Amino acid sequence: MGDLKAARTRREFFVTAAGAAAFAVAPGAVQAEPADVAAAIEKAFGGKKAVEGKIKLDLPSIAENGLVVPLNFEVESPMTEGDYVKTVRLYAEGNPQPTLADYHFTPMSPKAAAQIRIRLAKTQNIVAVAETSKGEVYTTKKEVKVTIGGCGG
Amino acid sequence: MTTPTPRVRMPATAKAGEVVEVKTLISHEMESGNRKDKDGKAIPRKIIKQFVAKFEGKEILKADWHPAISANPYQAFWVKVPASGTFTFEWTDDDGAVYKAEQKVTVG
Repeated sequence: MGDLKAARTRREFFVTAAGAAAFAVAPGAVQAEPADVAAAIEKAFGGKKAVEGKIKLDLPSIAENGLVVPLNFEVESPMTEGDYVKTVRLYAEGNPQPTLADYHFTPMSPKAAAQIRIRLAKTQNIVAVAETSKGEVYTTKKEVKVTIGGCGG
Repeated sequence: MTTPTPRVRMPATAKAGEVVEVKTLISHEMESGNRKDKDGKAIPRKIIKQFVAKFEGKEILKADWHPAISANPYQAFWVKVPASGTFTFEWTDDDGAVYKAEQKVTVG
């Protein structure tokens, strides 16, 4: 008996979770595609070639709640007048709008780093692109699996 | 909607040149513009679109936020304390309202 009850509860849970997921990706919602992100990066960085590396991007591998996903980044840089990270742009390949946030640092910033919380609609890649004052462009990406989407339907 | 209340947590004293972490939080719904109300009408976007941190009027960092930033935006980052002075923090809303907070830091 106890098992039966447990099984039902589990089934109910899955039904509820599936319903919530369906709601999050309701038809009509326009989702960004990787090509949109590539085009946005191309536009923002003027076609400069991005090199993999230098950016540490921390996100959970699995996010149970897409409404609040912690994101932490840090770009390796001396952060001096002559050599600092000017801009860091963050993108989400599977959100209705691919842009997450853009950070503009100055030599007054001791670290090109920040911690924020973001919304993710579904399982997708997060892309970070950084540009230094010398014009070097670095990029990195990380996949986040999202159990329940957080962008509304 | 209630008036957004900013909160800032950082040390009030530091050594000259010390690098300290600043943690900020502001209460705000961050309405993404993607949601619909129960009648199927789109709920208009209303988010905080920009955050700026300054020391004695000089910009340290500026962030442009898009609708993917979670409600009640949390923002942590690092600053250097060159001397005694005031750090100011400003959040700009889509409707133009600016919410401000400041923190005096003493070097001693």
